[in-house]
Amino acid sequence: MTDAVALVPLFPLLAVLVNFFAGKRMSKTTVGIMASGSVGASFLASVVALMGLMALEPGQRSVEINLYSWISSGNFEVPFGFLLDPLSAVMILVVTGVGFLIHVYSTGYMHDDDGFARYFLFLNLFVFAMLLLVLGNSYLILFIGWEGVGLCSYLLIGFWFTKDTASEAGKKAFIVNRIGDFGFILGMLLIVYHFGTLQFTEVFHKAPTIFHSGDTAVLVITLLLFVGAMGKSAQIPLHIWLPDAMEGPTPVSALIHAATMVTAGVYMVCRSSALFELSPVTLSIVAVVGAVTALFAATIALTQNDIKRVLAYSTVSQLGYMFLAAGVGAYVAAIFHLVTHAFFKALLFLGSGSVIHALHEEQDIRKMGGLRKYMPTTHRTFLIGSLAIAGVPPLAGFMSKDEILFEVFNWGRGSGWLLLWIGGMVTAFMTAFYMFRLVYKTFYGESRMDPEVEKHAHESPPSITVPLSILALLSVIGGFLGIPVIKKWNILHNWLGGVFQAAVEHGPEAVEAASHLAEELGLMTVSVIVAVSGIMLARSIILRRPEVAEGLSQKYSVLYQLSLNKWWVDEFYDRVVVKPLKALSDWCWTVFDVKGIDGAVNGTAWTANKTSGILRKLQTGFVQNYALSIVIGLVVMLALALI
Amino acid sequence: MITLTHYLVLASIVFLIGVMGVLLRRNVIIILLSIELMLNGVNINLVAFSHYLQNMTGQVFVFFVMTVAAAEAAIGLAIVVVLFRNRETVDVDEISLMKW
Repeated sequence: MTDAVALVPLFPLLAVLVNFFAGKRMSKTTVGIMASGSVGASFLASVVALMGLMALEPGQRSVEINLYSWISSGNFEVPFGFLLDPLSAVMILVVTGVGFLIHVYSTGYMHDDDGFARYFLFLNLFVFAMLLLVLGNSYLILFIGWEGVGLCSYLLIGFWFTKDTASEAGKKAFIVNRIGDFGFILGMLLIVYHFGTLQFTEVFHKAPTIFHSGDTAVLVITLLLFVGAMGKSAQIPLHIWLPDAMEGPTPVSALIHAATMVTAGVYMVCRSSALFELSPVTLSIVAVVGAVTALFAATIALTQNDIKRVLAYSTVSQLGYMFLAAGVGAYVAAIFHLVTHAFFKALLFLGSGSVIHALHEEQDIRKMGGLRKYMPTTHRTFLIGSLAIAGVPPLAGFMSKDEILFEVFNWGRGSGWLLLWIGGMVTAFMTAFYMFRLVYKTFYGESRMDPEVEKHAHESPPSITVPLSILALLSVIGGFLGIPVIKKWNILHNWLGGVFQAAVEHGPEAVEAASHLAEELGLMTVSVIVAVSGIMLARSIILRRPEVAEGLSQKYSVLYQLSLNKWWVDEFYDRVVVKPLKALSDWCWTVFDVKGIDGAVNGTAWTANKTSGILRKLQTGFVQNYALSIVIGLVVMLALALI
Repeated sequence: MITLTHYLVLASIVFLIGVMGVLLRRNVIIILLSIELMLNGVNINLVAFSHYLQNMTGQVFVFFVMTVAAAEAAIGLAIVVVLFRNRETVDVDEISLMKW
């Protein structure tokens, strides 16, 4: 049954091919059914593969299926193959499951768009690439998927390419990702250099024998891989593309820029845990980058006024959490948060899409308010998603975030761990605050909508509300995959434990030994208090007394401006990187190219022209002159012969 | 007594007249005629030596030269006719098209 995994990427690929050749001639209904159905079929195949995997002994749960030998060059071989193990099984279930719901949602959301078929072509292609990414059994197959999702991300961000901002945002996403990919490629080359292979199983098997913990080579490899992960998962300093990516259609933001693609970096780090565990320095860097990103993005999300931008910065922040978890060696917690985040963040994005749709593309929360009575289902599901991300028990976000914070607290390596934990807690507080600021401003209070828009505000059709309800349900129960405190009941921990076994042996996972029951419960209480106080603060100053919020933003206007303008990172990059690069290119063009290279070429032609101008005088064009020179020549030769 | 030298001098004179005609005249037809003169100067030379050396080869060669000269004259005059139709001139100064 595990062979079914080969079918998982096949269905979306088939849909892509059919759509590519015949999509324009098919009706919208057919295209929608085909696109959603293919992902649904993939989901079923994933379930079959999962059941096949569960039937195996826990120690045997790693199945490789090689379709054919792709690259074969001397000793270096890369087969085109899939690796099905507990980690990739979780990933394909999330990708196809959430992907299916978002496809269904899209049929409603994009219904009146002219590019309907093109949209689903890209979306299916994305799902195919993403499945390739998580299923590949070597770094190279992973990289194909990695680039494929990057391409689809670019295409879908710039889906409405007639809008300048959209096409600019697409380019920005692509270029920033390119920086990360460069690191990833270098990392892969180093892996080939040291291991002679890119197969996951071989690399991870050989890693402890080739390297000792803390070797420079493994440090460089993991750092380069992490640079790739930073680009794809929008970590500081490469986070700038993700908020701009919100120019794409909202379901795209939900699928690509919240639930799946941006978590590819986390997946890759967790997949490479055997390498990362050998480099404590890299792990510390991962943890610090994650924590800083979480905190930094949360501070920006506090003041944004675009509903999707708040969610975008929230995504960056939550991804920071995942890297924080991976950095402290809690890979299971990272994957757990990845899964729950996919549920509730997809829910929140789709909910915001429903709102935007109802208000005719209005995204500014200052022009919303009181939507609760117009959109009851959207309101209810959005509220559940917000409670989940804020960390209210027993919703999904609470479980996973709490596990991460617990693991960070127990890390105990280095002296800065407490700072990381405090950073995580502060982020949790801010998360609760900005999410409920968003909820209150959108759904509660007085309506600030245009009367014209308000007249047309309505609940969305079932194709939109049903996926919302299902995701809301998942956001509620998703947390029970990883029940805290009682390890025996922690399904995800037992399921994924084997994958990171190699890592755990070397890792700082001494936590299990001692009983931390009291500590765990205590930490849980703290995080609940933090979450609830964040929500309460939002309630009191956003909903009850908006003038207080106004006053605060006036009083601390420097901080407010800092947050509102996203710490001027874009402007900073513009000044430090983009402008000098442009100036350099400009110099290369006007001086080096035009004057240097063109000058040399034109100079050669000019010299030839002038020289030939002199020599041309010899050619009069009169036959008689030529005849005269023949005669003179003859006379001279005769004279020479005679003398 | 007319010796070989006389013939050679005559041949040289005829040849040089031809050369001067080619170099100095501007009329294409005259130039063609001058070329014929040059060829015939050579012919005299060949015949004189043939007689002097009692060898028939020279005289046979003269026939070849005359045949070629006839063909050349035919083609040359044809070109001149076409040229005249197109340019309405037979002055070589006005048809120096080889110069760029």
